[in-house]
Amino acid sequence: MSKLRTAALVGNPNAGKSALFNALTGARQKIANYPGVTVERKAGRLTLPTGEPLNLVDLPGSYSLDPASPDEEVTRKVVLGEFPGEAMPDILVLVVDAANLEQHLVFAQELIALGRPCVVALNMVDLAERDGLVIDPRALEQSLGVPVIATVAVRKRGLDGLLEAIANMPAQEQHVGPASPTSQASMSERRQAARKMARGAVLSESREHRLHARLDRVLLHPWLGPPILFALLFVIFQAVFAWATPFADALDAGISGLIDVANEVLPAGLLRDMLTQGVLSGVGSVVVFLPQIIILFAFILVMEQSGYMARAAFIMDRMMAGVGLSGRSFIPLLSSFACAIPGIMATRAIADPKDRLTTILIAPLMTCSARLPVYAVIIAAFIPATSVGWGVGLQGLVLFALYAAGIVGAMAAALVLRRTATKGGTSGFIMELPRYQLPALRDLGIGLWQRAWLFLRRAGTIIFWVTVVLWLLLSFPKAGPGESQSEVSIAGRIGSAVEVVVKPIGFNHEIALALIPAMAAREVAVSSLATTYAVDAEDEEQAAEGLIPQLRAGWTLPTALAFLAWFVFAPQCLSTIAVARRETNGWKWPVVMLLYLFGLAYIFAGITYWLAVAAGL
Amino acid sequence: MTLDLLPPRRPARIVAVQWDLLSPDEAKRLRTLGIDEGAQVTVAHRGIFSGRDPLALEIGRMTVALRRVHARAVTVQEGAEQVGERA
Repeated sequence: MSKLRTAALVGNPNAGKSALFNALTGARQKIANYPGVTVERKAGRLTLPTGEPLNLVDLPGSYSLDPASPDEEVTRKVVLGEFPGEAMPDILVLVVDAANLEQHLVFAQELIALGRPCVVALNMVDLAERDGLVIDPRALEQSLGVPVIATVAVRKRGLDGLLEAIANMPAQEQHVGPASPTSQASMSERRQAARKMARGAVLSESREHRLHARLDRVLLHPWLGPPILFALLFVIFQAVFAWATPFADALDAGISGLIDVANEVLPAGLLRDMLTQGVLSGVGSVVVFLPQIIILFAFILVMEQSGYMARAAFIMDRMMAGVGLSGRSFIPLLSSFACAIPGIMATRAIADPKDRLTTILIAPLMTCSARLPVYAVIIAAFIPATSVGWGVGLQGLVLFALYAAGIVGAMAAALVLRRTATKGGTSGFIMELPRYQLPALRDLGIGLWQRAWLFLRRAGTIIFWVTVVLWLLLSFPKAGPGESQSEVSIAGRIGSAVEVVVKPIGFNHEIALALIPAMAAREVAVSSLATTYAVDAEDEEQAAEGLIPQLRAGWTLPTALAFLAWFVFAPQCLSTIAVARRETNGWKWPVVMLLYLFGLAYIFAGITYWLAVAAGL
Repeated sequence: MTLDLLPPRRPARIVAVQWDLLSPDEAKRLRTLGIDEGAQVTVAHRGIFSGRDPLALEIGRMTVALRRVHARAVTVQEGAEQVGERA
């Protein structure tokens, strides 16, 4: 028993696996990459009642071992020990929804037939009881032939029993070679058996009207449903800006305070300059967007966990079908408003490969939170905070227009892609609409913490280093009297080369300079501009004034508008490109993505600039 | 009658599915969700725009969304199951 055993949570989507995983591992979990809901490999450590440590893996929800999507493919491979670099789990924890046994027992039987150590977590028994359904775990245990433990993951009920059952599983000798599913019953035979077992295990059942049917009658109502969804989306975007402001202001004040402290405490010199002009202005200008990102993700997580996200997909399906996609693409695209990376990863749940590819290619057009810093700074500097009537501010309207431009661009791109590069049969839309449930605070908290941490880690690593390197390139060689530091420096010379290309669309030297480091991540554009102007500042006072007055002094309105238009389309995010490469297994599609997005960015920034100049702005 | 013509909230039983009208993956997905011969279904909701696509189908204790093109491949017979079965 010296070997660390691994247990895997397996089950249908919507069985409450993620909640169970969170309840069992708490915050002690490791997400290999960027998380989407149960899409990425999640692993955690826990200690069994016997004192034995256990490795727990949460596998993507699947309906069967015969995969119909890349997501299910992962589950199949891990369960069968065919996944490269992933040990075959010693114990399978089959998570089934107590209120939907006749469906969930189909897959459970398939897994039990593998002959591996199995425990069944009869999950969400409370929701079943809410629906008037009382289940007898013992009866189920008898018909399945493996231990069955009733659990309520969100309330941590039944977890001790589950852990005990896992601990009691015999430490099995590792199979020689991967196991394969033994020839077993057909799906319809398993379904019949599932129906019989489910009936046998039901102690009592009332015909109480189910809550979700009543909710659906309103939320999926042909005339009420879409306005409710759009109202919700509107509230989300309002909240992202209105609610985040006080927190962002507080963070901003904190960073300014730090800069002041550093200026006082440290002796004047290279180190102090690097810290204040490079690290604090650069990283700080990105960190202030944490509140907005948390608020946006909070809404997305609540929509996912409550079951409403699937309804949103249902409502959006018809519209998405118009551009050759399906409602399934709505979920990844909505996530892409926070960040394209979890968005692209969430496309794994899309079964149709052409659909999936198209969604990956257009995901970067959704206005991700990294563009927010760029938009926010430029709007604050150039768009007057006046009202256009009915309590709608001009700044908010411009921001809305930028989001809308991204969406319209994405839809147009999908339409074109589906007729050219990703041509293929019409896509289907078949998905389960899970029951509604109140999101558990713990699951919400863990989800938010993971996303906030990923963002801060990015700010602390990629953005930190890019800012420092840029500061160094900007600071040397030193400019002589009468020369501009940002033009004489190494970075300045590189910028001058780029400037030749982007000058026709109205971009100045500082923008050309900011575009290169912003390839690492869009929000770096802001920190780069901040660093550039800080380096150029003649004295402390001017540097402390901040970016916005300097932008106002240095840029014309057409330039600012062209810069905004550029960021609607430009694929300036190395991580997104890397994820697209991984998800499409090659460089072909990421290159297509880069070319078409840069092309659009150039064209639209140019059109914006020349129209604005012609209009005399 | 095919499923796309079934009026909402009327229980029906699937009598046949023309699997060849569906792509193999779609057929697989429908089967794994229990949409197969003999299943008892009710159309719960329909979309609003052209052709009232997609449909939300109640099957057992699940609600499943699918499109009209899929529903067209499913032949149903109206009527509830006998006593003792769930609608």
